[in-house]
Amino acid sequence: MSAITEAAPPIARTAPVPRSAWWRRWFTNPWGRPRFLVVWTWLYIAWTIVPVLIAVQFSFNDGRSRSTFQGFSLQWYQGIFVPGSREYDPSLWFSLENSLKIAAVTVPVATLLGVGLALGLARWRGRGSGAANFLMLFPLVTPEIVMGVSLFLIFVNLYEFIPLGLPAMIVGHITFTLSYVVIVTRGRLFAIGKEYEEAAMDLGASSAEAIRRVLLPLLLPAVFAGAFIAFAISIDDFVISAFLCIENCTTIPIKIYSAARNAGNPGLNAIATLMMVGSLLAITLAVLVQRVAIRRHEGETRSAVEDFARLEI
Amino acid sequence: MPTPTGDIVGQKRWYWPAFAAPGLAWLVLLFLTPFYAIVATAFGRLDPIFAGPLPAWNPLEWDRGWMVQVLRELTAPTPLRGQFLRTIVYVVTSVSLCVLIGYPVAYYIARHAGRWKVLLLTLMIAPFWMSYLMRMLAWVNLLTNDPGSPGIVSRLFMLLPGVEEPINWFAGRAAPITVILGLVYGYIPFFVLPLYAALDRIDRSQLEAARDMGASPRSTFWRVTLPLSKQGILAGSVIITLPMFGDYYTPTLMSGSPSVTMIGNAIESRIHQAGQAPSGASLTFLLSVFVGVLMIYYLVSVARAAKEARA
Repeated sequence: MSAITEAAPPIARTAPVPRSAWWRRWFTNPWGRPRFLVVWTWLYIAWTIVPVLIAVQFSFNDGRSRSTFQGFSLQWYQGIFVPGSREYDPSLWFSLENSLKIAAVTVPVATLLGVGLALGLARWRGRGSGAANFLMLFPLVTPEIVMGVSLFLIFVNLYEFIPLGLPAMIVGHITFTLSYVVIVTRGRLFAIGKEYEEAAMDLGASSAEAIRRVLLPLLLPAVFAGAFIAFAISIDDFVISAFLCIENCTTIPIKIYSAARNAGNPGLNAIATLMMVGSLLAITLAVLVQRVAIRRHEGETRSAVEDFARLEI
Repeated sequence: MPTPTGDIVGQKRWYWPAFAAPGLAWLVLLFLTPFYAIVATAFGRLDPIFAGPLPAWNPLEWDRGWMVQVLRELTAPTPLRGQFLRTIVYVVTSVSLCVLIGYPVAYYIARHAGRWKVLLLTLMIAPFWMSYLMRMLAWVNLLTNDPGSPGIVSRLFMLLPGVEEPINWFAGRAAPITVILGLVYGYIPFFVLPLYAALDRIDRSQLEAARDMGASPRSTFWRVTLPLSKQGILAGSVIITLPMFGDYYTPTLMSGSPSVTMIGNAIESRIHQAGQAPSGASLTFLLSVFVGVLMIYYLVSVARAAKEARA
């Protein structure tokens, strides 16, 4: 080996070139670009997204198959919305309607309760605030099946005035979306700080006026973001809904669950696509609304997605 | 004027708690109390006529019979023990796969993505907000073994020599693989995101320091980055472990065969079965105790990390 007898190269950082195949060196050279990671990451992205895109594609299928594409058609979407069309399936429209009904009540109530709770938790420093904070975090980490079972049992045995079905499902959805609204709003409250309120009060505003005319306008984007997120997770929820539904309350996720394996046709893909577009749209709006407000306010330069990736934690 | 404690002068002590009150009342009535309903049902009795649960709201009236029976079932060779052990195997396998698959992704996006970062982050977060059911449906479509028109993945496997007919992914020997694939696929976005956040927060000057001291990229990774990202691995693992232990829809959707059911399936069927609600509630209670221990461990370690970061 002549390489050993030669003097060491002046810059010790140049790694010795291993005697291996060129493709291995191309992949594993620790000083070069991390090509292995590039390939791995893009494969990961493809793996997580392409199957869903294929499912979306088949919602536009001209035939009844979910694996052989026979041409583009909107018939499965017509089958949801247009009574009397060839593939009309009233159960799909029914499930869409139920999902929207639940979200329509859940979102405003959860937003109201959540914003109040966030305001309280962010500013209240007395006895009990720690426990309250803890209580708010718990629904986020409780497995859905535990929440589903507990709500089912309480509606059956104690709160019998709330019947299983849509009313119980709405109450359940409010319970588990509430904490998400709190998290989003509270994060923003901390960022805003107390200075604006204090300034307003120094200038003679009462505490209620300071909140109404200074804090709430600043907080409004986060309130909307919280509402959009509540909408997205309410629409997507399966477990809580399934535990609280007896009959005539099928939502889109319940419909997918019961039909995916046996009675599946592209109509199911169509309704699933609508649900996905709905929740992705809500999330995009949530990010944008937050973004616009923050940029106007603080002139930050990080991208919306980057912020979002941090905010989620 | 703020007082030294940070309160604003002129505000009553109940002022801010009053804002929180409705939300807190909601959580007490509809989160805490229902949880107590699990305990009361688990230690309760059965309605002798309709076989519905009769929760024992008063702890003095608790009957340990159901809990004892469930614990006995979990330790003797019964189907329930099979489901319990299977759950552990599936969860441990899936979480390990999530770490192995997810770490390089989070690492690359946090450290080396450069101008692709925003695009990659968007694509990485997107599945987070796609309905779990939609994502499972996508795989059911791909794996279908319907002889008339097998799914795309099934068709790809038929290109292999020796595979003449579409593989039945939903039953038999392939079913556990399909269920674990479903679990990994379903939960990995929830693992990658917190891990990314942890990796992104690592101070670059520490990496530069390691480099200046002569560490190779490999040893910088093993001796600086990896230890600093432990918190993120832990966070991601806990976040996906908790719901995975209660999962019952993934095995049902991806297989439906009784040979792959998990503890969640047992809970789900017992709660609705006449005469079995207290045993279902006992199982749920045991599951929440188990998960609660994990949860508290996680919250404590997060609090500790936050304190260290502040110090």
